[in-house]
This record gives sequence, C-alpha cells and structure tokens, in this order.
Amino acid sequence: MATVLVVDDSASLRNMVTFTLKQQGYDVVEAGNGQEALTKAKGTKCDLVLSDVNMPIMDGITLCSELRKLPAFKFTPILMLTTESSPEMKQKGKAAGATGWLVKPFNPDTLLATMKRVVR
Amino acid sequence: MSIDLSQFIPTFLEESFEGLEVMESGLLNLDANDSEQINAIFRAAHSIKGGAGTFGFGHITEFTHVVETLLDEVRGGDRAFTPSLQSLLLQSVDCIRMLLEAARDGVECESDQIGTVHQELVAELEGGAPAPATDTPQAHPADTGAQQQKGWLIHFVPEPHLLMTGNEPILMMSALAELGDTELSVLEDKLPEFSELNPEELHLAWQVQLFSDCSEADVREVFEWVEDDCELTITPLMDTAVESAPAEEPAPQVDTPVEQPTAAETPAPTTQETPKTAAKPAARKASQEAGSIRVGIDKIDGLINRVGELVITQSMLSQAGSELAEQDLPAVERLHEGLVQLERNTRDLQEEVMRIRMLPISFVFNRFPRMVHDVSAKLNKQVELKLSGEQTELDKTVMEKIGDPLVHLVRNSLDHGLEPPEERLAAGKDETGIVHLNAYHQGGYIVIEIKDDGRGLNTERIREKALENGLISPDQPLAESEIHELIFRAGFSTAAEVSDLSGRGVGMDVVRKNIESLGGHVSVQSETGKGSTFTVSLPLTLAILDGQLVQINDEVYIVPLVSVVESIQVADSELQGIAGEGRLFRFRDEYIPIIHLRRVFDVASSAATASTSLMVVVEGGGMKVGLIVDDLQGQQQVVIKSLETNYKRVDGISGATILGDGDVALILDVAGLIKIGLEPTTKHELHRKNEQLQVEEEALA
Repeated sequence: MATVLVVDDSASLRNMVTFTLKQQGYDVVEAGNGQEALTKAKGTKCDLVLSDVNMPIMDGITLCSELRKLPAFKFTPILMLTTESSPEMKQKGKAAGATGWLVKPFNPDTLLATMKRVVR
Repeated sequence: MSIDLSQFIPTFLEESFEGLEVMESGLLNLDANDSEQINAIFRAAHSIKGGAGTFGFGHITEFTHVVETLLDEVRGGDRAFTPSLQSLLLQSVDCIRMLLEAARDGVECESDQIGTVHQELVAELEGGAPAPATDTPQAHPADTGAQQQKGWLIHFVPEPHLLMTGNEPILMMSALAELGDTELSVLEDKLPEFSELNPEELHLAWQVQLFSDCSEADVREVFEWVEDDCELTITPLMDTAVESAPAEEPAPQVDTPVEQPTAAETPAPTTQETPKTAAKPAARKASQEAGSIRVGIDKIDGLINRVGELVITQSMLSQAGSELAEQDLPAVERLHEGLVQLERNTRDLQEEVMRIRMLPISFVFNRFPRMVHDVSAKLNKQVELKLSGEQTELDKTVMEKIGDPLVHLVRNSLDHGLEPPEERLAAGKDETGIVHLNAYHQGGYIVIEIKDDGRGLNTERIREKALENGLISPDQPLAESEIHELIFRAGFSTAAEVSDLSGRGVGMDVVRKNIESLGGHVSVQSETGKGSTFTVSLPLTLAILDGQLVQINDEVYIVPLVSVVESIQVADSELQGIAGEGRLFRFRDEYIPIIHLRRVFDVASSAATASTSLMVVVEGGGMKVGLIVDDLQGQQQVVIKSLETNYKRVDGISGATILGDGDVALILDVAGLIKIGLEPTTKHELHRKNEQLQVEEEALA
C-alpha cells in the first residue's frame, strides 16, 4: 500500500490526517516540521507528501524544494496544505516544485478526494 | 466515509492553548528585528485559525483571521508594532483563550469583550494600513449555457516538465471521467525522435470530449494545479462538435490512455545530486523535538494508583517477612533478600512514576510577565520581573492549585510592596522596581520566593490594624516578625484595605489557607524600605506523604510530619491541674489548647490507665495545639487515598491510607481538626490566658 509522508506542526491536524489515511489503508510517516520530514524522507519510499506551509525550523516551501533535489522524490506528488489561497502562495509552492495544494480547513472526505488526483 | 472529528479536538485545544502562550510571551517581548520571533507568533495564530476551521469552530477562525492578518502585516514590515497594537493583540489573545475555553466546555462564549476587540481589530486593519489582501477568486467566464451544449471539448498540451511537478495526466483523465463520459485522443505529433527521447519528459498531448452538464469551473478544477504548466483550451462541445474543435486533424481515438513515463519506471539519474541542507539546525527549538508523547492525565493517575497499591502490597510482604525472620531456614534468608530487593525496586518505580507528573514551574511562572505588564501599567509603576528556577519541577496537581495564591502574592507585591516611581527616586532607589520570582527544591519541598525591593511591610500600620480588628491587645509585646505574621490572620484584611487590584476580596488568610490545604507553608520576611520576601514551601506531590503514626486504643492515625512541632510526654496531673477541664497546656512560653483525639473520634478508652500521656504538638491554621494520643508509632511514607472520591468529605480528615498490615488509617487534617476540636470557650480562655501570661512576664521584667 502507498506510503504518505504527513508534515504539520499541529499535532491535531496531523492526527486527523493520519487517522483518515490509516483508515483507508495507507502507511503514514509523520513529521512535525520540514527538517524532520526531510530526514525521514531520506530513508523512506514515499508515494505522496502532504505538507503544511507555515512551520517552525523548516517551512513547507523549503521542504518541497529540498525534496525535489532528492532523486527518489523527483516525481513524487507533493501537496501543500495551506490556509493561504492567495495566488502568490500558490506560485511560491509551484516554483518550489509542489504538485498542488489543499486549502485548509478541509475535511477527511475532501482530503481523500483530492488525493485521488495524484495517487493511483 | 465519515470520521468523527471530535476525537481530535482535545489535542487541538491543548496545542492552541500552548500557541496562545507563545503568542503572549512573544508579544510581550517582541523585538521588531527578530524575524523568527514574529514568525513564531504568526505561526501560532495561523495554526489556531487553521485547526479551528477544520474542527468546526468557525467563529474562532473568523476572529483569529483578523489577528493573523495584522500579524502578517507586522511580519512583512507593512505595519508598525506600536504599544497600542501590542495591547490590542494581547487582548485578542485573551479573547481567543475565552473562545477556546468556551469551545472546550461546550458552551457559548458570552463575553462582550470578544465583539469589542473584534471591532477594534477590524478598525485597526482598515485604518492606516494596506488593505487586506482579499482572495479574489479567479473570474471564470460565465457558462455559456448554450441550449445545444452537451459537454466540453478540452485541449490539453502539457509542458515537457509536467511530470516533475508530481502531476500525472492519467489521473487527470480519470478525474475528468468522473465528471461524465469521455472520449480521449492522444496527440503525439510533438513526440521527438526515439534517440532524442528523454524518459523524464512528457511530449504527449490530449484532446478530450467530455459529455457532461458540469460547469467550466468543474473542468478547470481538474487542471487547477497545472494551469501554468500547460496549454489548456476548454470550449463548449456543441452537438456539432467537430465545428468547434481545433483545426488540427483529429488523431486516432484510443480507449485507454497511453502509457507515460512515471517515476517508478524512470531510471535513476547518473549524477547524484547532493541536497544542500539549507535550513539551519535551529538549536533553540531542538529541545522541543526530544521525543515526547502526550498522555491523558487519567492514565498517569491510574498508573500512580497502581504503584500506590504495589507499595502497600510490598510493605505487607515486608511485614510478613520480618515475622518469619526468626525462623532459621535457608528459604527465609532468600525470601528476606528478595524482599529487600523488592522494596528497593518498588521505591525506585514509585519515584519514576511520580516524576511523570512533574512539570517545571515555568508553567505557572509564564503567566506572570503578562500580568505584571498589565498591572504595572494600571498602577503607573515601573516594574521589572525577574524569574529564576523556572525549571524546578513539581507535581501537576500542586501546580494547578498554587497558581491563584501566587498570583495574589505577586499582585500584592506590585500593589502594596512597590512604590510609585517618584517615591522610589525620593528614597534613592532606581525608578524601576523589581519583583523576583524564584523557585528551588529543598528537602522534599519546593520553595517559591516572591521578593520585591519595595517599601517593606509597615509594622506600625499592621499593628494598628490588628488592634482595630481585635487580633491583638494594646499592651501585647510583639517582635517585628510576629507582627508581620499578623497579615496572614483571618480578619486582618478589611474592606478598606481591598484595592481594585489586590482586591478580589481575598485576604492573605485565604492565601495561607490554600497553601496549607496543599500541605504547604507560607511566611514573610520584610525590612522597612528595602522590601519583602514571601516564601511559599510546598510538598512536591500530593500523592504521598511523610507521616507520624499515632495510636489511640487499637486505631492508628497519621499526622502529617510537616505539621508536627514536637512530641512530648506529659504527666496527667499537668493536664488536669489546669482550670477549664484540662483544655490548656503551658508549652514553653505560651499556652496551647489540648485536643483529645479519643474524644474527637469517639474511640473507646483503653483499659490501662497510665499516669502519663503522650502529646504531639502540631501546628496548623496559624496556631499550635497539643494532640493527646495513647502511643507513638514510627514515621513512614504513606500513599494518600482520597476520602472524598471513595466516601465523602470528613472534617478533620484529609485522606486515608492502607498500612503494611492491611489496616486502613486515617490521615489527620490538622487545621480542620483544630476547627472541630476546639470549643469557642476554649479559644476565649486561651486568649485570656496568653494575655495574662504576658502581663506576668512584663511584671517579671
């Protein structure tokens, strides 16, 4: 089954996403910030990355561009979870190599529906 | 599918309250040049907003959104961080806290403050600053709504790099297929020669006929993430579809999408790129990462209870073991060794478990910077708050209960202790007063000091006040420290004394009562003109207690060791020789009342009548009394079991425990015992006798 890397500094949101994904049979790797995610990403084969943008230590945009430098993440879908739906923010994400975004707040159903657009 | 989101709400609330602390302390010490600091504040607001939206607290999202926008402007340098903005943002923190508390308790937040602050925030946002960036949803051309329209014709030509954004055309085609029936054509005219084919690039294009009554926006949404990475034309598909189709020659139709290179099939590039570690290690945040888990307090309490039971079982075994010790058997020897080991392990385990509940006192101290900031502004005083020993740990339960008394003591220092700036200058002091909170461990206790460099206690005024209220008599000679202690006496704080600030109708006597109910003690040292220090000492935990075991007939009671002043043997004649049916005893240079535990607890008298009694002198509620008991047993650490949760509250008893032999023993609450054990007449008599004693002493002098 597919493995999803979930990155968010808010434990409640991470819990919610993880719970939703696990219930659907996904394997989940969690990280509380970009730096931690990057470390975990290096040892994991991920099929999807779901990352918050605003995080301490390393933000989601930086994480995204760092991940894209890893050969294993060249084509991996990376979705940014963001409350900012402004065009600039999307632009920034795209420039860093993000696949798409999911605007917060979202509910589990939206999450799963959106994921279908990037995970087989 | 449906997932019950409510299960995540407690975590959301917990982290939001933590976020508010970050905001509060950040706002109080904001250095406009420290971008990481303002980022942290912004992030906290941002997370609260996001979580509130997810978990169905729309009103909190709405409120926090305005705060976040203001913070974002400060962060971006578009808005100055003025003192008035600081105070407004701090008020917002209070409002968000109220909203979260209401959400936690499942009630409506009724405070008017929310609406007022919200209006002020909006006004602040609209006035004198750039207009907030409004999300203008992309203007979609109005749906044509042509009568003959049966769907959309979509021409999709992705850029070669599309796959490297993680997007996959095959999934987009499936998404389209969910909107209605599709007919796909692959346009492969851009496909390069095989020798020039880069497997990581995409050279195919698609033309899709989508038969659906969905809107153009629905179709656009499918391509939302790749808008900038492709050529996309969407035209209404009319009955005569071919007319509106692009002029190109229609490619052969295929039923299944062609294979395209995907990450999995891509050979790894030959040159390995070493990722640059752009992010700094950020050492100061690293401590938060040191693996920790959140566990409900009920689980920990359950664990502590179990360990408590284990301690009791262990002491039962020890007792049984020592009874066997007389038998000279090899097995007994081994049993004994095992028991000794069990005892050690049990003790270690208990200590470890207790440590789980220990939290640094910074959790309590953290509220003071804000409070001092607010109160000193209100009083027009300049105050510097110093904190030290914040990492000193104490039990969570004790921590929860010590907050209010400490707040009162600090307010008291700010209000009564520190002088206004002019007065300080006149006294040759620095304009800015200092309040110093310090915490450290001493024995099994945590000591918290609240020290100010203000004017000190006014001995004369306290004396006058105490005289007015009949706490002392006019000719009573009192040492300075004794006068200082008077402020803790019930009836000292009077309505006239209660100011707007230290007011709240709580006197020092209540502070002392609260601290003593935790098994703690508070005292004050003061020097006129130099300042006062209030010292609070508290047991580190409420789960265990060092007790003195006393016996009355067959019953064993436990006196908290902290209350015990001295244990002495007294002749019965000494007790009976005094007027008032032996209710008073001369202990050193004062009279103390006597409480016969036997009478209080109605225990039948033992057969043997000795000519001497044992008296345990204890202190509680600001006075000493002598407890008459039959026998003193050892001192021992006992596990406290609540009487309230298992039975009901009983005056004079603070709890119970199970002894090594399996018997239940009650733990005495000295202050409560004094209340029920002393008749009013005894108190009057005590007062009279002590006065008489002083008169005699003076006469002697």
